[in-house]
Amino acid sequence: MKTNDHAVRCDGIMKHFGDGEARVDVLRGVQFEARLGEMSFLVGPSGCGKTTLISVIAGLLDPNGGTMQVLGHEPAQMKSADRIVFRRRNLGFVFQQYNLLPSLTAAENAAVPLLADGVSRDVAVKKATAMLDRLGLGHRAKALPRQLSGGQQQRVALARALVHEPRLIICDEPTAALDQQSGEAVMGLLASAAVAPDRAVVVVTHDNRVFHYADTIAHMNDGLIDRIDRN
Amino acid sequence: MNFVALRMLMSDKAKYFGLVFAFAFSTFLLLNQMSIFAGIMKRTGSQVLDVTDADIWVMDPYTEYFEQTKALKDTDLARVRGVEGVDFAVRLFKGNPTAKTLEGKFASTFTLGVDDSTLTGVPRKMLMGSWERLREAKSIVIDKAGYMLLYPGEPLELGRTLELNDHKATIVGISDASAPFVSFPIIHARYSEAVNFQGRERNQLAYVLVRAREGIKPEDLARRIEHSTGLKARTTNEFVWDCIGYYLRNTGIPVNFGITITIALIVGLAVAGQTFYMFTIENLRQFGALKAIGVTNGRLIGMVLLQALTAGAIGYALGSGMAATFFAVMSQQTATRGIIMPWQILAIVGALMAVVTFVVSLISVRRVLVLEPASVFR
Ligand SMILES: Nc1ncnc2c1ncn2[C@@H]1O[C@H](COP(=O)(O)OP(=O)(O)O)[C@@H](O)[C@H]1O
Ligand SMILES: [Mg+2]
Repeated sequence: MKTNDHAVRCDGIMKHFGDGEARVDVLRGVQFEARLGEMSFLVGPSGCGKTTLISVIAGLLDPNGGTMQVLGHEPAQMKSADRIVFRRRNLGFVFQQYNLLPSLTAAENAAVPLLADGVSRDVAVKKATAMLDRLGLGHRAKALPRQLSGGQQQRVALARALVHEPRLIICDEPTAALDQQSGEAVMGLLASAAVAPDRAVVVVTHDNRVFHYADTIAHMNDGLIDRIDRN
Repeated sequence: MNFVALRMLMSDKAKYFGLVFAFAFSTFLLLNQMSIFAGIMKRTGSQVLDVTDADIWVMDPYTEYFEQTKALKDTDLARVRGVEGVDFAVRLFKGNPTAKTLEGKFASTFTLGVDDSTLTGVPRKMLMGSWERLREAKSIVIDKAGYMLLYPGEPLELGRTLELNDHKATIVGISDASAPFVSFPIIHARYSEAVNFQGRERNQLAYVLVRAREGIKPEDLARRIEHSTGLKARTTNEFVWDCIGYYLRNTGIPVNFGITITIALIVGLAVAGQTFYMFTIENLRQFGALKAIGVTNGRLIGMVLLQALTAGAIGYALGSGMAATFFAVMSQQTATRGIIMPWQILAIVGALMAVVTFVVSLISVRRVLVLEPASVFR
C-alpha cells in the first residue's frame, strides 16, 4: 500500500479532557487510517471515543499526543487560520443531528460551504440545487428544513457535505436518527455519490444493518482501536 | 453570509419583534425625554429670544437670569447710550402685576413695558390685531396662551378689558409669544403704561435693550458696555444660555430628566441585551455548524454585529417615528407649544443607540467566539 493512498493516518493519537482528579483519557494511542476511494467505518460502543477521534481528524479538536496526516498535511503544523481554510475546502461533514440552518431553504443550506468560501450566492445556490438533484431531492430545493422528513433533511446535509467537492467526508452516526428505510436510503446515496477515487469517506456508526457498505471496519473500544476488518 | 445572518435574525418572529421593540422603546423614551428637557430649558430663555430687534441686554451686574431683575437707574440708560458703537438703546420694563378679567378671573402675568417711541421688543408675530395699536392709550397685547387662561373656552377677540392693579387696559392684539418657563400670561404694553400696572414698586427699568451699529459685533460691544458702565451686558445668545445655565444649576430639573434618560438607557440595554443574548444562545448550534464547516471567527462576529445593528437600526427608525408623531401632536397643544424634537437630539440618540447596540452584541460575540466547533457532534 502506497502512502499517498491514505487520506488519513493516525499514529498514537491521545486525547484527554479535564485535569487532575477529573481527567478523562478518551483516546489512548489510536492507530487509524482511511484510504482514498474507500468507505472506512469506525464502530464501537457508546462513549468509546469515536466522535472525539473524528473531531481530532477534522481539526476541530487538538490532540494531546501522537502524529496525524490528513490529505498529506499535518494539521498540527498548520497555523489556525490555514487550518480553517483547509477544513473549509477539503472536508465535508454529515452530523447525526443534521445541523441545518432552519431559516435557509434546502438549496441554501447545501450551499453554505461555498458561501463560506466566498462564492457568490447565485452560483452557490445553483450548484447546491444540482447536487440536491443528484441526491433525488431537486424538487424540494426551496423547502425549509421543517417542511422535510428526517431522511430528506439528512440528504440535504449530505448535499452540503458534497457540494464543494471535498476530498475527505466525515459522517458521525448519519443514520442514527432515521428509521431503517430512510437510513438505508441515505447510506446508499452516501456509498454511490460520495465515494470517488480521489476521496475518502469516514463513517462513525453503530448501525450494523449498514455494515455491508464498508470497505474497512475499525472496531474501537475504550479509547483504542482493537481490530480492523476488511470487507 | 450576510443574508444568512439576516435570515437567522428574522426567522424567530417573536424574538425579532421583541428585540426591535426594545430598541424602539428606548429610542422613543430617550428622544422624548431629551427633547422635552431641551424644550423646557429653552423656555427659560424664550422671552429673551422673542426680542428680535435688539442684540444686547444690559442689566444689573448681579442678574443671573431673565426673571431675576433689579431696577436700573435712568442715568444707566444714558450711560449705555454714550458707549461707542451703540446704534440705539431703549428701556424695557418687566413686572408681574396680577391681571383680572371683568368676570373676576385673575392670574399673575409677565408684563413687559417697551420703549414708548420705538416699541422695541414687542412681539412682531401677531395672531390677531397689531402691535402698532399699542400706541393707543391704555392698550395691551396679550399672548394666546394667556388669553386662553384668562378667558377659557372663549374665542379670541380684541377689545376686551383687563384690569392690571386697578388700571383698566384694552386688548388690542393677541401675540404668539413663546411659552415662558412658568405659564403666566405674557402682556406687552408701552413703558409709560406698564409702570402704572405694577403699583407701588418704584423704578422698574429692568433691562436696557441695545442694538449694535452696523459692522460692530454684539459680543465686542457687550464687553465694551460692561467695561465703561460697570453694568452687565449680554448678547441675546449669551443671555439665553445664562438663563438655561441658571435653571440647570439651581433646579432639580436636570437631575429628574437625567434619571429618566438613564433609566431609558438601562432598560434599553438590559431588555435588548437580554433578548439578543437569548437569541444568540438559541442559535448557538447554527453558529457551531458554520464554525465546523469553516466559517472564520471574524465572519461570525460580522454576522452577529450585522444582526444587532439591523435590529438596532430598525428599532431606532421606529422609535424616531413614534417620537416624531408624539411631538407633532404635542406641538398643537397650547401648553406644550414650541417643544419640538431638534435634529441634534435625533443625532445624539442615534449615536447612543449605536453604542447600546454595540455593547449589546458584545456578550453575544464573546459566546460565539469561545464556542467549540466540535460541540456540533453532540
Ligand atoms: N468536551 C468534553 N469534555 C469532557 N469529556 C468529554 C468531552 N467530549 C467527550 N467527552 C467524554 O469522552 C468520552 C468519549 O466521548 P465520545 O467521543 O463522544 O464517544 P462516542 O462518540 O464514541 O460515543 C465520553 O466519556 C465523554 O463523556
Ligand atoms: Mg458519538
